[in-house]
Amino acid sequence: MDRPLTHHIQPDKQPLSLKKYEKQGGYQAVQKALRDFDPVDLQNHVKEAGLKGRGGAGFNTGLKWSFVPMGDDAPRPKYLVANADEMEPGTFKDRLLMESNPHLFLEGIILSAYAIGAEKSYIFLRWAYHLSKKNLEKAIAGAYENNYLGENIQGSGFNLDLHIHISAGRYICGEETALLNALEGKRANPRAKPPFPQTSGLWGKPTIVQNVETLANVPGIVNNGINWYKDISNSEEDGGTKLYGVSGKVKNPGLWELPMGTTSREIIEEHAGGMQDGLKLNGWLPGGASTDFMVEEHLDVPMDYGSVMEIGSRLGTGTMIVLDDQTCPVGMIENLEHFFAQESCGWCTPCRDGLPWTEKILHAIEHGEGKMEDLDQLARHSKWLGPGKTYCALAPGAVEPLQSGLKYFREDFERHINEQRCPWS
Amino acid sequence: MPTIYIDDNPYEVKEGKNLLDAVLSLGEDLPYFCWHPDLGSVGACRQCAVIQFQDEEDEQGRLVMACMTPASEGTRISIQHPDASQFRENVIEWLMVNHPHDCPVCDEGGECHLQDMTVMSGHNYRDFRFKKRTHRNQDLGPFINHEMNRCIACYRCVRYYRDYAGGGDLQAFAAHDHVYFGRHEDGVLESEFSGNLVEVCPTGVFTDKTLKRHYTRKWDLQSAPSICNHCGLGCNTIAGERYGTLRRILNRYNSSVNGSFLCDRGRFGYEFVNDDARILTPVMKNVETRQFEEVSEDDAVAKIAELTRDKNSVIGIGSPRASLESNFALRTLVGSNRYSSGMSNAETELVNLSRQILNDGPAHSASLKDVEKSDAVLVLGEDLTNTAPMMALAVRQAVRNQPVEKAKQAGIPEWNDNAVRELIQDEKGPLYLATPTNTKLDDVATKTYNAAPQDLARFGFAVAQFLAEESPKVIGLDEDVKSMAKSAADALKNAKRPLVISGTSLLNKSLIQSAANVAWSLCANGKKAEIALTVPEANSMGMSFLEGQGIESAFERAASDDIKTAIILENDLTRRVDSKAWNQFLKNVENIVVIDHLENETTAAADILLPAGTFADSDGTLINNEGRAQRFFQAFEDDSAVQESWRWLQGVLDLGKDTDVSDWYSLDNVFSAMTKSVDTFKGDIVVAPDAKFRINDQKIPRSPYRYSGRTAMKANVDIHVHKPPQDPDSPLSFSMEGYSGKQPSGLTSFFWSPGWNSVQSTNKYKNEVGGELRGGDPGIRLIEPKRNASPKYFTEVPEPFSPREGEWLSIPLHHIFGSEELSAKSFGLSKRAPEPYVALNPSSAEKLGLQMESRVSVKLDGTEHTLPITLHENLPDGVIGLPVGLPDFNGIPLPNWSKISGATE
Repeated sequence: MDRPLTHHIQPDKQPLSLKKYEKQGGYQAVQKALRDFDPVDLQNHVKEAGLKGRGGAGFNTGLKWSFVPMGDDAPRPKYLVANADEMEPGTFKDRLLMESNPHLFLEGIILSAYAIGAEKSYIFLRWAYHLSKKNLEKAIAGAYENNYLGENIQGSGFNLDLHIHISAGRYICGEETALLNALEGKRANPRAKPPFPQTSGLWGKPTIVQNVETLANVPGIVNNGINWYKDISNSEEDGGTKLYGVSGKVKNPGLWELPMGTTSREIIEEHAGGMQDGLKLNGWLPGGASTDFMVEEHLDVPMDYGSVMEIGSRLGTGTMIVLDDQTCPVGMIENLEHFFAQESCGWCTPCRDGLPWTEKILHAIEHGEGKMEDLDQLARHSKWLGPGKTYCALAPGAVEPLQSGLKYFREDFERHINEQRCPWS
Repeated sequence: MPTIYIDDNPYEVKEGKNLLDAVLSLGEDLPYFCWHPDLGSVGACRQCAVIQFQDEEDEQGRLVMACMTPASEGTRISIQHPDASQFRENVIEWLMVNHPHDCPVCDEGGECHLQDMTVMSGHNYRDFRFKKRTHRNQDLGPFINHEMNRCIACYRCVRYYRDYAGGGDLQAFAAHDHVYFGRHEDGVLESEFSGNLVEVCPTGVFTDKTLKRHYTRKWDLQSAPSICNHCGLGCNTIAGERYGTLRRILNRYNSSVNGSFLCDRGRFGYEFVNDDARILTPVMKNVETRQFEEVSEDDAVAKIAELTRDKNSVIGIGSPRASLESNFALRTLVGSNRYSSGMSNAETELVNLSRQILNDGPAHSASLKDVEKSDAVLVLGEDLTNTAPMMALAVRQAVRNQPVEKAKQAGIPEWNDNAVRELIQDEKGPLYLATPTNTKLDDVATKTYNAAPQDLARFGFAVAQFLAEESPKVIGLDEDVKSMAKSAADALKNAKRPLVISGTSLLNKSLIQSAANVAWSLCANGKKAEIALTVPEANSMGMSFLEGQGIESAFERAASDDIKTAIILENDLTRRVDSKAWNQFLKNVENIVVIDHLENETTAAADILLPAGTFADSDGTLINNEGRAQRFFQAFEDDSAVQESWRWLQGVLDLGKDTDVSDWYSLDNVFSAMTKSVDTFKGDIVVAPDAKFRINDQKIPRSPYRYSGRTAMKANVDIHVHKPPQDPDSPLSFSMEGYSGKQPSGLTSFFWSPGWNSVQSTNKYKNEVGGELRGGDPGIRLIEPKRNASPKYFTEVPEPFSPREGEWLSIPLHHIFGSEELSAKSFGLSKRAPEPYVALNPSSAEKLGLQMESRVSVKLDGTEHTLPITLHENLPDGVIGLPVGLPDFNGIPLPNWSKISGATE
């Protein structure tokens, strides 16, 4: 099985040096693209391959690039920004790539920047990722030394500068426009769209913001072509492989590169080794905290964007949080809503003042002070904080575990209220 | 004009608006918070949600924010849709989660946008059952009260304060439901426009601290449309009274003048009206004791009539802070050749020159709105923030016009505020500032040039030379100054609406002339150039229409002729002339008659002193710098002898019998007598509806219909119900009775509309959001350019400034807080006024061996002042600056040569 994202990763997780990476075929994609591809061709190539954004939104990457103004009249400079502010609870996939395979990531940045004609790029890195920073800095220095970055890259006439920016550490910075504001030194509030960053992004210039894993997919597509990329996927619509992860009380929590569209059953039961002894699977969040619960009946749903959406959840980051039968679902959701309420930027009303309300209700229920009407309040918030109501996707994401929790674990909520205590405590 | 459908009804709307703007412009209701007519849309509060349908077939629709959605052809929305109205109700409920239930004790109550929107949205039952979060409040100085617990986080305050007004010390702090709007620490808000927070804030976070000292609810105020009398711009205000004291000043929207905002001098400078030093009864000096003694009104008038029987023995000194009518009455009494404008000779000359330039030249005299719309600006000499504050705010908007045009071309509508700001970043349109020292507009200037006044004028002449070959050449200009002049000339020439600003504040004729040359040379290039010339006081421009002579000339006349009596109208002459001249004048004149409203050094010298009305307790007409005549109306009347100065003089004239003033019983008649007899006013001029104006036979009320206690307010003194005072001067009633619909534009004593108790009701009075008031903006322009005129360029280019050995050119430095006489007496402003100082540049200080904490002695015209020094990095060598008009530091003739004698410890 092809593992384009992880096959360079050593058992000890130490990143390859630039020379070793080159020896294993590294930077061939850059050489090839600069030699054989016109930027717009590269955009089309990636578009046709069916690469979708791995940050969670699942938008076609090449299509996104095609909105960037090209040609001599395009505003300058243009920017490529790597969203490495991995703060989605339960998600640790970009970290692996940056710590252990930094050159692949850089190669993806260079290719993507070339595709949109960007001359400046930033890695917006989560503050806590110290090892990523260290390994990336070393890789970037190597890339400069070997003219994969800087002026006139590999004699192609293409220039690219790359900087690492360490995030101050807010969940909202993962929202691409809030990220851009933070990068500009402003409050990390999201921006209204339109205009989209493709036309007015960083400092008002055309900008593409792309998740780390997405960028890491690009070299493989360039090296091996569209058909190969589609073939390595199990999914009808979505190409490539996916880094799937599992956390929670399974035997073997971890992260695996698997064909896009692998089922939850395979991921949880085979790769994660199933539940720890004595525990039963109660449900799981398929792609980070901001996705709807899936339950036993969904075990055989292929984990690709379309299939997960069909059953009312989202693939998200593809890193699951597993809930077992000895952990209180209300407590888990309370914990999540606490996180989301705290991470609201405070810009729009429903998110700023609605999420803390849900947190307070959940806290009351979990601590034996719940009332039956509280469930109506929670349902009301799930509805009115949903997509299209708020300024950005934070609150709609935040209510996904809440609304699905109310659906799948309603009895548990009611038991809390009837017994005026947490049955698990 | 696109057609949009609201709940299936078609409406025509103006191109390029968003849905919220369109809905409000149609006169419909839709609640909102973060949107503001002058700040555009940001989509934060989510209050203006509506359901938008793709087409006629679409029955589902989707929730959108009206403020963020273009009102384009065929847009179909529903305001009534249950999903939209439920969502709006939810938004209010969320906003109310932490909002204290303190309406009864909140200063905003009764004029609170949050209250209005809550009622409009239908939220009334509270489901939130947990504790509210609380904040600590800050002391923000003497103007603004801070109560953060009431905050609903609409972000309007910071967007206004930072983005619109250019302030730096108000910020949004923290995140989620702990967002905090305030300063990094307690302290005075630095912006000169902070008072607008009171009206921008939709609830009671930022309220008027001066009002708090004598609080009254909006509905209990008796108010009148007024004109600010603290600088020459003539901003429109509302003056509100209760129990005989003026309680506050509020902005009165006028799209051509001040729009939605006021400066802090204008808003908080009103308290002199309530001062203990108000003159309330006529007094006469006892010949023996030299003490004032009360006299009856009739005796006082008779005595003055006696003194003025021989006209040839009387001079009259008017005032640029008094109304046209009062000045005209004085001029009529003493004769035009013995009437003085009450301004210094120099100021009189400059104001006359300004009117001549605006009147005879081809360049259009710019209103504040014109300033705001201009897209390239040259400022010659004026420190606008301190001499004409609201013009500085207008210039701050003007520099956005060129970049905003770019955003529009990139497909971002102007109302999409954050997106526009993101695209244009720090880009600014051309603004060239030539001033003696740094100013608070420097941060948005393309280039600044700091030099001595005559060098600034030379720079102006050089700009004109680059635009018109035949305008005079400037010899010996430095290369860098020349190249800046060239780039300023190019910027103006390439602009669509170029503007030149100058004014009288440095008392430099060449500067104003050079500004005229620039404007006229732009006109010669086929540009529709605008020119704005600032003048010092509320009616300075009006004085030039009445063509009085300067004070020094009047004093000369008092010395040479057989002058026995001087009548001084609303003017503290000691602020305008030095003490030597003043004392000489007092010796030359036997009888001094003063009519004024506050005790001052001039009133102290009076033999007869009559109480005049202030702007708040009298009516009158003022002409602003632009040449716009505007009427201010009396907000209240009390039982004292206070009346309009012209009424006192009418009494005197009536006894004198020289002039028939029998019909001078109303302001309208005095005004029309003036326009008939003074040549500079041409024909019939209607400034405001006359006193006979009625709607449905009804007067226009000064108070809202909820006004409480009219018949009971004074019951503790007298249980009889008194008839409200009559008002012969205006169609306004001293009561809540009268026409209850929307008042006509010039007669708006309060903005109110059903369901809209806050200042946001202003939108209901406009033709469209951001547009003119219905029925047209009030006031009338008396100065229009002669578009086809090509007057001769001014040719007197001054010599370059050369510093003198051992002497310093002292120039006037103006202060928004402190330099203006009346506002400086107000409680809040007096705390913001600087102490007297002398400003010089660091290298001069070093040359003189001065330390920062040094005090120096400044000698000029035989007087000596010991002052602390203030370093101004950019003041030119050989020039020092002295503050103008401070309460205890005025009457110093500037500019002037002075000597500094080192440190005196």
